[in-house]
Amino acid sequence: MSVSVRIPTILRTYTGGNAEVSGEGATLRDVLGKLDSDYPGIGARILDESGKIRRFVNVYVGEEDVRFAQGLDTPAPEGTQISIIPAVAGG
Amino acid sequence: MSLDFGPAVALSCRECGTRYPLGPSFACSECFGPLEAAYEFGTVTRASIEAGPANIWRYRSLLPVPVDVATKPNMNPGWTKLVKAGNLGKALGIRSLHVKDDSGNPTHSFKDRVVAIAVEAARNFGFHTLSCSSTGNLAGAVTAAAARAGLDACVFIPAGLEQAKIAMARVFGGRLVGIEGTYDEVNRFCSELIGDPMGDKWGFVNVNLRPYYAEGSKTLAYEIAEQLGWKLPEQIIIPVASGSQLTKIDKGFKELIELGLVEDGPYKIYGAQALGCSPVSTAYKAGHDVVQPVKPDTIAKSLAIGNPADGPYVLDIARRTGGSVEDVTDPEIVAAIKLLASTEGIFAETAGGVTVGVLKKLVETGQLDPELETVVLNTGDGLKTLDAIVDDAQPTAVIRPSLDAFRATV
Repeated sequence: MSVSVRIPTILRTYTGGNAEVSGEGATLRDVLGKLDSDYPGIGARILDESGKIRRFVNVYVGEEDVRFAQGLDTPAPEGTQISIIPAVAGG
Repeated sequence: MSLDFGPAVALSCRECGTRYPLGPSFACSECFGPLEAAYEFGTVTRASIEAGPANIWRYRSLLPVPVDVATKPNMNPGWTKLVKAGNLGKALGIRSLHVKDDSGNPTHSFKDRVVAIAVEAARNFGFHTLSCSSTGNLAGAVTAAAARAGLDACVFIPAGLEQAKIAMARVFGGRLVGIEGTYDEVNRFCSELIGDPMGDKWGFVNVNLRPYYAEGSKTLAYEIAEQLGWKLPEQIIIPVASGSQLTKIDKGFKELIELGLVEDGPYKIYGAQALGCSPVSTAYKAGHDVVQPVKPDTIAKSLAIGNPADGPYVLDIARRTGGSVEDVTDPEIVAAIKLLASTEGIFAETAGGVTVGVLKKLVETGQLDPELETVVLNTGDGLKTLDAIVDDAQPTAVIRPSLDAFRATV
């Protein structure tokens, strides 16, 4: 299924400067897998060596932080927006 | 562009150590870890510090600011009182207790410290607008500092904040935008704005200026040590929202030891949270080293960050120093505000109720040694969170102006 993925500034070197790219997959895991095959290397920036989301990155599917949903298994419905955002200090 | 950040020479990733040139960047492109200022300190002595002004610039040789920082239009925060809290100590059974009362800063919270550093970074990078995502105190500190520095301001807050914090953020001019959502959603919004042309030339103090901004919290560590007679406290209780303040106080203590300004000795750092937003204490108690975000629901709105960026470091530091991370309920927060006020004459905001409430709980549960030198932080002013105590703070009696009527109340 087709989704859009918002890319943070520090990863735009992988996407030719694009702030938003299209992605595909039934779950977040699939979308990130496809993203890495489209933009080789970007996956390792988001996931650590054991395949988990790095502890200083937040990933949203739609409005929801995926750590409130099913993590990498969170479904990615057609047309949804996925955002990858570095953690920010407070407040 | 010629940059002048004094002793700071680079940015360095706190996670993986990758170094970057000084710039308005905040996350490591290798691992997303937070970037922080790395220094080459010159010779710093107690005498050189003591000869400085009665504000944070006495520590300018330890901060990412130009050497002539004190001559620039800035709020000049800090050097707040370290109050010897004998009455509170007696009430809690602690032999030697001090309250570091940061409500005495220009906009009545510790945020003036961090914003003062961010202003100098914004000047360095040629930014025209100062911005932030805020739980309230930061918004007021940013709009005030922008007014003083001659910068534009546009700050973002959750729409449901306390009225006093909204007024405080608005009175200094600039734009104040309420976002329908939690602080974490405001944060997310700002992170996206920063990569957008609308946010061009904006300094978001706690986002793209964070490596500089966050260093301002080190001044709490420096001041406490200097005010104790160049000694580290043996135990310190620090509120935890994003965890940045606690992390930087630890960094400040370590620098003082490395520079030989204080004697090396053990200190325990305790983090304090409100139960209604306690992702870090929950992770601490469960033995985890990552923090599961929560949706906040507490009267301690200045600490209501459900997704604390520096939470993992708070866990590391509490465990490394032999402290802990503890939480208190909203009624315990209110009771602690009243206890501090009635024993020491200090009117704390809800975050101060959290630290004092946690201090009490730490003593009662045996997690804190009542014989050791202890410091508890109050980071903000009770006048900004009146709603929290207004029901408990009504007149003792309302009478006609007659002696008989007064006698009847006794």
